[in-house]
Amino acid sequence: MIEVRSITKTYGEKKAVSDLSFSINEGEIVGLLGLNGAGKSTILKILGTLLPVTEGEAFIAGFSVLRHAEEVRKHIGYLPDIPPLYDEMTIRSYLEFVAKLKGVPRSRLKTSVEQALDQTNLLDVQEQKLSELSHGFRQRSNIAQALVHQPKVLILDEPINGLDPVQIVEMRDLILSLRKKHTVILSSHILSEITRTCDRILVIDQGRLVAEGTERDLRGKAEVEFDVRLEVDGEISSIRDRLRQIDGVISLNQVDANCVTLICSKEIRPALAAVVHEYGLGLLTLERRQAELETLFLKLVRGDRA
Amino acid sequence: MNKIFVITMRELRSYFSTWLGYIVIASALLLNGVLFNTFAMGDAPKFSSDVLRDFFYFTSGIGMVASLLLAMRLIAEEKQTKSLVLLFTSPVSERQIIWGKFLAALAIFSLLNLFSLYLPALIFLEGKVSWGHVFAGYAGVSLLGSAVLAIALYASALAPTQMLAGLAAAGMTVLMLVLWLLSNKADSPFKELLSYTSIHSERFRPFTLGIIHLRDLVFYLSVAIFFLECAVRALEQRRARG
Repeated sequence: MIEVRSITKTYGEKKAVSDLSFSINEGEIVGLLGLNGAGKSTILKILGTLLPVTEGEAFIAGFSVLRHAEEVRKHIGYLPDIPPLYDEMTIRSYLEFVAKLKGVPRSRLKTSVEQALDQTNLLDVQEQKLSELSHGFRQRSNIAQALVHQPKVLILDEPINGLDPVQIVEMRDLILSLRKKHTVILSSHILSEITRTCDRILVIDQGRLVAEGTERDLRGKAEVEFDVRLEVDGEISSIRDRLRQIDGVISLNQVDANCVTLICSKEIRPALAAVVHEYGLGLLTLERRQAELETLFLKLVRGDRA
Repeated sequence: MNKIFVITMRELRSYFSTWLGYIVIASALLLNGVLFNTFAMGDAPKFSSDVLRDFFYFTSGIGMVASLLLAMRLIAEEKQTKSLVLLFTSPVSERQIIWGKFLAALAIFSLLNLFSLYLPALIFLEGKVSWGHVFAGYAGVSLLGSAVLAIALYASALAPTQMLAGLAAAGMTVLMLVLWLLSNKADSPFKELLSYTSIHSERFRPFTLGIIHLRDLVFYLSVAIFFLECAVRALEQRRARG
């Protein structure tokens, strides 16, 4: 549904996006993850036909965003980071205007608007002026305008930006409800949030794709080194030197008389269990500790610098 | 055409829901009434056709200011509120956006002219004028207004804020007004060129006398279309820049 082929976008000498390629299948929810200024919004603006690429090509529903922009616009709903609302309008009249603008036929206008109002939980406030709405409702209206013509592709730029915790949960549920019906590409700099809503994550740094995959894939790529905690029923000092000799152990730190943590470069838990059994000790805990998501993220975008 | 109409209708509603339409129309009518009574009618006896001529002269000035106020916000406001993104990601062309907005401003301007009809109608109470003279005068005011609306819309497409758009539009309009003054100082062929491109003076005077020259009609329509096309280009460039 979305095909990006070696796109580059430069502003003067600065490369905002550099030789970026990826593709997104129909019905997928894919997140662009990156720090502020990584190039996420630029990529979304290119897909939303708001920015022309300097090099390369991108396609939505088979149409080039550069050469067939008008056709692409029929198939996309775009949610910018600042809601493009006309404050003097009511939510309903605004959505009617957007639907007409997007080419929804008169016969389907009422149904389309009501469907968008229903999907975004705005039915009760549909007659309120946009200027009177809280930030959360404005953001919902923003989603509703992107949805009202039921586009094939939804492009959401920082959809949870500025929302309170309750609104974030509502927005998350809303995005999840779009799965299968729309192809969604969204951006965020919050890893924990993006992993809850997206099927796949594209990690962007300095306009380049540095990693791609599910949360599990990314953990695998980022966790070159990880911690294992071992607790035994007995004195651990008796097996400490033996543990150090296991292939893959980088360092060992004794926490107390019967507990150690080991930093490893590969899976060593079966070997650890075997040593404990060999020395006749009881195994109380053998745990691979997961790094915090944010730490993984920094490892992915900064590599060895993290 | 349908998309142009959609944009026009939204703009029209916006003029009245933000009070701008009411304020511009009311202020222009008030000024029209004052100038009609103090200058056009005056104290000394006058021929009815002279009263009508003076009325159209004053109302053309008020119309130009009203046009600037109506059109300077059209694109600049969308840039300021970031709502232009919605139009740019929708299947509408720059030309449809510009024409939709222009037609909305022109509709408000025409409404203003319609409401001012009671002033020339007053002349019928005490005097005698031809409806042809009234029609020609309003045709001139509408054509001049359309040209200034197009100039202000172009300025609005160029400028980042409404205030700057207003200043730029006023600057361009004043420049095109005083070209006839410059023509007095210039040598041929610039003399003729400057005189020809001035949007008031010789160009507007025949309308105030109830005369419509085809060349004047073509001139005002050409100015309006030229600046509307400039606005389309400005918007296309903005879209291309991102």
